[in-house]
Amino acid sequence: MSATVLPRREETPFRRFVAEFSSNWLAVGGLVVVVIVALLAVAAPWIAPQNPYDLAQLDIMDGRLAPGAKSADGLTFWLGTDDQGRDMLSGIIYGLRISLGVGVGSALIAGVIGSALGLAAAYFGGRIETAIMRLVDLQLSFPAILVALMILAVLGKGVLNVMLAITLVEWARYARTARGAALVERRREYIEAAECLALPRWRLLFRHLLPNCMPPLIVIGTIQIARAITLEATLSFLGLGVPITEPSLGLLIANGYQYMLSGKYWISFYPGIALLVTIVAINLVGDHLRDVLNPRLKR
Amino acid sequence: MTSWLLRRLIQALFVVLAMTVIVFIGVNVIGDPVEILISPQADQAERARAVIALGLDRPLWEQYARFLWGALHGDLGKSFVFNEPALRLILQRMPATMELAVTAVLLSIVLGIPLGLYAGLRPNGIPGRLIMAGSIFGFSLPTFWVGLMLIMVFAVQLGWLPSTGRGQTAMMFGVPWSFLTRDGLAHMLMPATNLALGNIALVLRLTRAGVRENMHMDYVKFARAKGLTPARVLFVHVMKNILIPIVTVVGLEFGSIIAFAVVTESVFAWPGMGKLIIDSINVLDRPVIVAYLMMIVFLFIAINLIVDLLYTVLDPRVRLESRE
Repeated sequence: MSATVLPRREETPFRRFVAEFSSNWLAVGGLVVVVIVALLAVAAPWIAPQNPYDLAQLDIMDGRLAPGAKSADGLTFWLGTDDQGRDMLSGIIYGLRISLGVGVGSALIAGVIGSALGLAAAYFGGRIETAIMRLVDLQLSFPAILVALMILAVLGKGVLNVMLAITLVEWARYARTARGAALVERRREYIEAAECLALPRWRLLFRHLLPNCMPPLIVIGTIQIARAITLEATLSFLGLGVPITEPSLGLLIANGYQYMLSGKYWISFYPGIALLVTIVAINLVGDHLRDVLNPRLKR
Repeated sequence: MTSWLLRRLIQALFVVLAMTVIVFIGVNVIGDPVEILISPQADQAERARAVIALGLDRPLWEQYARFLWGALHGDLGKSFVFNEPALRLILQRMPATMELAVTAVLLSIVLGIPLGLYAGLRPNGIPGRLIMAGSIFGFSLPTFWVGLMLIMVFAVQLGWLPSTGRGQTAMMFGVPWSFLTRDGLAHMLMPATNLALGNIALVLRLTRAGVRENMHMDYVKFARAKGLTPARVLFVHVMKNILIPIVTVVGLEFGSIIAFAVVTESVFAWPGMGKLIIDSINVLDRPVIVAYLMMIVFLFIAINLIVDLLYTVLDPRVRLESRE
């Protein structure tokens, strides 16, 4: 394999993977940012200077202060405040929570459903395969934003409906990927061996076939999380996403939009930067994962 | 050829039919049809009358048949807000969206192909690498955020371009168009660029990949050996081969540009179909929503069909008969 692996240490697939992944500093940087963002989102209540949902802590007199301004009781608003007098920094940290939660949650659910259907299509073939893949083709011939709009137009707003919409948008790509990987894997000897052992079908599918189809699914999953976060932000910006009581980054940006024209840029700008950094970092990691996990690209 | 076209048309017809079923079920079964189809301002007695008038007391298949019959006659209900036929409302807004989408496609070709050619011919130079790195941003940045930044920089800070609206329009074929006036063009520049960004990146990458792949082919070596100028080799011989995938993708992406116009139109307050659908969803003007969805489905299927046809015309290697 590559010369980056030290000869003395025992070479395991995981070590090889780590060594190859860390050869690209841009991707490692992306991973560091992703970890920091995730930690911020998880630890929001302990890190944020202010609880942006606690009305008792807000003072309308602090509304639309520029970055760096101080409130009456000495709190510094490093990134300014919005029209309600909320600290933007706290708003962003709490917003990350919603954005990441919705994005990661729906991408994972879509991943489970899509991969299961894709595996089933590849393994059983015949009518089941035709039916599932026709559905995938139909789904993928319409752009994500349109399908999500359709679903939200029928179901209405709300966190759960947004998650449902994103899941319904994203499952097809997983299904296509899983089927592609499984079609290759199911002709391998170990599947034949498992079939000869008369293992139950679920065991064959999920314990033997699925683990060997994981690499492409992990790559797709990373990119799909970034897509889910973008889609959620877009829907919330359009006013069709999460409710005002649980503002995600997209909704924060939408709130600041009306003040942008009067030069109060920070209400939209900083949540946008947070969103951007998150998405770009995830994409960098995903892009490099694809290079590392794809055996065809190996020299 | 004719039998292939016929088969494709029948296929398309079935997809349209399937989509009418999905939209119908979405609006009439999952959502509450009384709430959706009858104005929320109506009182009890009005409601009961409307239920009978709309045939909501009939069996489901009969309701669907009525819906389909109406759709075939261009009747998709009346907007609650504008009190006008929903389909007419959408058709009125369509030219604004179309001129924005067409401009965006033109922009992505005019900018994407030269940038891609350059990056493909000199893949290791610094400008080539910068172009590729920039294209990643074109893919991953959220459209609405880029739009906001464009407004912030060019409208608010620099004051060069107007931020919202269509500007002055001029009439052609009885329809107002922005691209015919200077003011309209100035209004169109930012939204069209915003809409085109993702596609510029896509066209650029396709062109670059095509150039890199084709430059090593035997036919290029042969053309060079014949003593043709590098420009002729690139623009006549190589171009012919890389244009095929580009045309396909640009054609197919036209549909998603129209879909993404929903976002751009909301950011720049561009009065097109996309803005109309968002406003309609926000006030629950469901007949307009249904009409928009049907319209878009129809548009998409038409685009797919046209791209398929174009593909076979452009690439003589693809014989229609072999595409069973």
